[in-house]
Amino acid sequence: MSEPLLKVTGLKKYFPIRAGIFGKEVGQVKAVDDVSFEIRQGETLGIVGESGCGKSTTGRSLMRLIEPTEGEVFFEGKNVTKMSKEELRKARRDIQMVFQDPYASLNPRHNIQKILEEPLRVHGIGDAKERKEKVAKLLNIVGLSSYHAQRYPHQFSGGQRQRIGIARALMTNPKLIIADEPVSALDVSIQAQVLNLMKDLQEELKLTYIFIAHDLGVVRHISDRVGVMYLGKMVELANSEQLYEKPLHPYTQALLAAVPVPDPDFKRETELLKGDIPSPSNPPSGCTFHTRCPFKMDHCSKEIPMLVEVEPGHSVACHLYKDGLNNDNNFAKTEG
Amino acid sequence: MTSMTPELNPKSSKAKARSPFQDSLRTFRKSKLAVIGTIIVVFFILLAIFGPLIAPQGINEQNFKLKLQSPSSEFWFGTDVFGRDIFSRVVLGSRLSLMVGFASVAISIIVGSILGILAGYYGRWVDTIISRFFDILLAFPSILLAIAIVTALGPSLFNALLAIAIVNVPNFGRLIRSKVLSIKEEEFITAAKAIGMKDSRILFTHVLPNSMTPIIVQGTLAIATAIIEAAALGFLGLGAQAPAPEWGKMLSDARVYLVNAPWTMIFPGLAIMLTVLGFNLMGDGLRDAFDPKMKN
Repeated sequence: MSEPLLKVTGLKKYFPIRAGIFGKEVGQVKAVDDVSFEIRQGETLGIVGESGCGKSTTGRSLMRLIEPTEGEVFFEGKNVTKMSKEELRKARRDIQMVFQDPYASLNPRHNIQKILEEPLRVHGIGDAKERKEKVAKLLNIVGLSSYHAQRYPHQFSGGQRQRIGIARALMTNPKLIIADEPVSALDVSIQAQVLNLMKDLQEELKLTYIFIAHDLGVVRHISDRVGVMYLGKMVELANSEQLYEKPLHPYTQALLAAVPVPDPDFKRETELLKGDIPSPSNPPSGCTFHTRCPFKMDHCSKEIPMLVEVEPGHSVACHLYKDGLNNDNNFAKTEG
Repeated sequence: MTSMTPELNPKSSKAKARSPFQDSLRTFRKSKLAVIGTIIVVFFILLAIFGPLIAPQGINEQNFKLKLQSPSSEFWFGTDVFGRDIFSRVVLGSRLSLMVGFASVAISIIVGSILGILAGYYGRWVDTIISRFFDILLAFPSILLAIAIVTALGPSLFNALLAIAIVNVPNFGRLIRSKVLSIKEEEFITAAKAIGMKDSRILFTHVLPNSMTPIIVQGTLAIATAIIEAAALGFLGLGAQAPAPEWGKMLSDARVYLVNAPWTMIFPGLAIMLTVLGFNLMGDGLRDAFDPKMKN
């Protein structure tokens, strides 16, 4: 297999908790705790998890919008985490981002022409005429018209704004796009449009996506591989099909079981998760999921499970699979 | 692949693309008081510009035979104790008052903005130092601080202007700082960083333009205050010096004749009141127009 486009090893982001007038550090929030993965050219990696599990922080740390505490990120073999400010600025031409809130991510005082031109200006690409043409071209690509360029963000709907956000991310012909919950602020009907647009663009422009979301259905629709995060850790990473057909980690199983079924008579076979996600400033010992896990064993609270590949293309961090995948495992069947 | 795209209603494509600023301007024009304020302000600005053409006499043409004349067709506002035409002096005095108002506020906005942006954007110890400096300035009553500064520098109109500017710096600085603090967390700033924009460029293309509206509002209101403060310093003999036709100074010179020749005091006083009222009405109108919460 060829060199991966992006390789992340041991990524950590701890936010300090400060207290008192001198801002003494009294603790840490482990937002991202030792996450590693790879992405190949042209594929889509979905990252899912509850709110506060560190998925957005992971996305932002990759671009160093949030400075990671530890770990390394290699983009096309170059170490992003060791780049100087100026090198990083130039590298951002190849890694772009689509944001969650299409209302907040566009400057309300700039018209669309100015918003879309900005990446080109920043990187000194093209002259005024070429920039204008490129803006018109991309507006067409994302399904808007060139006359929209003179308008202001408040004159567009949420879905249209998100298209503008996507167009902005495409202006510099990037190789990798990190989409941070790009559809969660949109109506369901608009979600499908934007997702299909992103899929079409991927085929056409050979893009690679990291797709962050909390909606499993959305992720399934667009991803080749999916990583599930819980409390800053990646607990399961598998091909999309494998993950949805045969989830291994108890947390993934619970997540999938919680997906609403459009049938009022439907009775759930598995219990939904109880309790809240524990505080990431004081995570449980051992496996962080043991406080809510229905299959908890004695050593779960003592030993931290590692993410290991239990079958080709399917990794999971759970003590249940310490000895590899056992097909008689009673609990693989309980999944609903 | 654009086939499934919801197209905008073609009719709406003719709708004019209005920036948020133009929207606010429309709201502003609908407010009667704001328009009246603007008319007053424009009137005084024109008076200041064309003063020498309007005023029938110079500022210091004395005629002791005609001293303390009451208002008449020849001397519209009467004459003062040196027989100078008060109308001419009030008209030409508008130049001094407006100059002090605009210049001192301009200085405070520039200095305050730079300090406020530095404090807000860079935070940490930069913020601590600048914010404490503002706190110290604000700990003094403003007119007292202005008097202290003028006394130290020596009484003159320019020093009064400088003193008023210094006194107003922390107001603008704090305003900009708080605005920058909130804007810096906006997602479009993160987006600009993600694009690969430099910090300095983000400051000037994204942060600063989005912080400007409260500054415009506060600035208009501050001009009114600055004019009053300049008049107060003039009244105390710390601002403009004789024979400058500064309104505050004219009030102070005229107070002895209040009973016998009230016009020597009424007209400069009215001029101060009207200008300040104009700027306040305009400032209030601007605030209503720019504040999104005031929109229906």
